[in-house]
Amino acid sequence: MSAPENAAAPETLSAPAVETVAAVEVAAVDKVFETRGGLVHALEGIDLTVAAGEFVSLIGPSGCGKSTLMRLVADLDAPSAGTITVFGKTPARARLDQEYGIAFQQAGLLPWRTVAANVALPLELHGATSADRKAKVAELLEMVGLADFADRYPDQLSGGMQQRVAIARSLAEQPRLLLMDEPFGALDEMTREKMQSDLVRISAETGAAVVFVTHSIPEAVFLSDRVVVMSPRPGRIREIVPMRFAGAGTAADDAGAAGPGATGGADTAARARRTEGLREDRSFFDMVTAVREALHGAPVAPGARGVETR
Amino acid sequence: MTEAGTRRSRRLAVVGWGAFGVLLLVVLWEAYKFLAPADGVLIGETRVLPRTTDLAMPHVWEMLGRLAEPVTRSPSAQPLWLVIALAALTTLGIAAAGWLVGVVVGIGLALVMQRWRLAEWGLLPWIVLSQTVPLIAFAPIVKSWGSRVEIGSFEWQDWMSVALIASYLAFFPIAIGALKGLQSPDRIHEELMQTYAAGYWSTLAKLRFPAAVPYLLPALRLGAANAVVGAVVAEVSTGLQGGIGRLLIQFAGQASGDPAKAWGPIFGAVVLGLVAAGSVALLGVILKNYRRTEEAA
Ligand SMILES: Nc1ncnc2c1ncn2[C@@H]1O[C@H](COP(=O)(O)OP(=O)(O)OP(=O)(O)O)[C@@H](O)[C@H]1O
Ligand SMILES: [Mg+2]
Repeated sequence: MSAPENAAAPETLSAPAVETVAAVEVAAVDKVFETRGGLVHALEGIDLTVAAGEFVSLIGPSGCGKSTLMRLVADLDAPSAGTITVFGKTPARARLDQEYGIAFQQAGLLPWRTVAANVALPLELHGATSADRKAKVAELLEMVGLADFADRYPDQLSGGMQQRVAIARSLAEQPRLLLMDEPFGALDEMTREKMQSDLVRISAETGAAVVFVTHSIPEAVFLSDRVVVMSPRPGRIREIVPMRFAGAGTAADDAGAAGPGATGGADTAARARRTEGLREDRSFFDMVTAVREALHGAPVAPGARGVETR
Repeated sequence: MTEAGTRRSRRLAVVGWGAFGVLLLVVLWEAYKFLAPADGVLIGETRVLPRTTDLAMPHVWEMLGRLAEPVTRSPSAQPLWLVIALAALTTLGIAAAGWLVGVVVGIGLALVMQRWRLAEWGLLPWIVLSQTVPLIAFAPIVKSWGSRVEIGSFEWQDWMSVALIASYLAFFPIAIGALKGLQSPDRIHEELMQTYAAGYWSTLAKLRFPAAVPYLLPALRLGAANAVVGAVVAEVSTGLQGGIGRLLIQFAGQASGDPAKAWGPIFGAVVLGLVAAGSVALLGVILKNYRRTEEAA
């Protein structure tokens, strides 16, 4: 597992031109839905930049527009105002170029396809050979712990297992950007923690940027480089909280300013520290507190906890 | 395996109830024949229940026994059941041709209506309206139109008129069922295909058609039954030789002398309908995985 990590790191540094293009850039975006009951301001004045390889979580009360924002990035809906770019392209172009993989809030598996065939669907649509598909699918199912269920049908799986299939499917084409809408919502705590660690590892290995919606503060803290805290009606970004753990910088910092791991590249270093031990670290709980305070709107002294306000 | 066990017992139950239904019919027939007055039941001048004479209602065993006897008294005559079976096969062939045309037209129309909303609004009322036209009454006209069709070496045959009428009845349930099926995918699945930048055709192949299967199967079965009814009735009204429709007319004419014989083609037509619908049901067995739903069991 360490081999791809090392291989990815020098490449990241040697190709700065690629890295300067942000994975997602959202500028002054509004989204208004026209419903029978009147206008619904789902999003208002959203500004957010997700760097390539960065892990950003969106957190906020139900109905604050997290899914809507994700749908705009995925080009499943168009913003009412403002602009969005994905790797410097319009969202439509990025979608056609298959720049992102997505896992929805519901699993959304095709019921007539086996687990393996569901994971293979994107590969099949984009013309991968049957041998490539088989190898890739086996690898992905192994990773989500469903290797023994390859020939089952979705209605023979539990909700959490279905969700894991959907996650495997979103990873099938190794996209540079992963959009995940509460993907771990239906999982039990044990599986959830395992999937979190796996996701950290995968995003580090592939260098993929991740936009991750969740309702769990510890989950957001454990996974993310930055946590975006949103407030509802209208959906706004209340705060963006960068995650700083003891003796380390964040991906948002300059690589040079960071701690001992910096030589390996900012992303890899930051991710590498997200081990099981972090869950019991003091700085982890500090960050949980920081996000909770941001979420509840309690006054936070700027700078004291490294909270940046936008 | 309990699942396989319940499935087998369910299949047994289906067969059991089917046999019971047939038996019930036989018992009712014979009981009525035995109990009711020979002249039937009359209210005033109107007969509300039929006569029970051997002429009007032969015994079940007589009707069945007649099937084994030769058609006519001539020594070279084939047994009745064979004549009926051959005629039924002819009709089945014509109905199958009509059904196939109905499938192509029905699914074609559904595809057009699914693709363009405007086409749905424009076409659907006409499709519904088409079924109110008593085409059977026009069957002779269709036949005479057909007889004028001659393209190169192709010449319109009379059986094609019958198949055309059969297809006219078959396409309707197929068009409606296919449209409903093609429109059935959930939004989340449509959007998933969108995120894969899948075009119209691959979405059709990977999503819409598989999702349409549960709607298509009953529609195809209904279409098959309709095609058989259409073919038999069109044979009667165009006077086409060789099919079971013709036998119905012919043997009914001989009913006064040989009442049991007239029932032969009727049984044949019933079996024909069952065979047609049953063949389509076989299709459902092959496609059973397409009838799954997403929910966990
Ligand atoms: N298609 C739509 N038409 C009308 N209103 C919509 C539509 N989609 C979303 N909304 C509204 O936009 C707001 C944000 O919805 P969204 O689904 O983005 O919330 P969310 O943050 O993902 O919530 P949850 O955490 O419950 O998933 C809600 O008030 C919702 O009612
Ligand atoms: Mg949501």
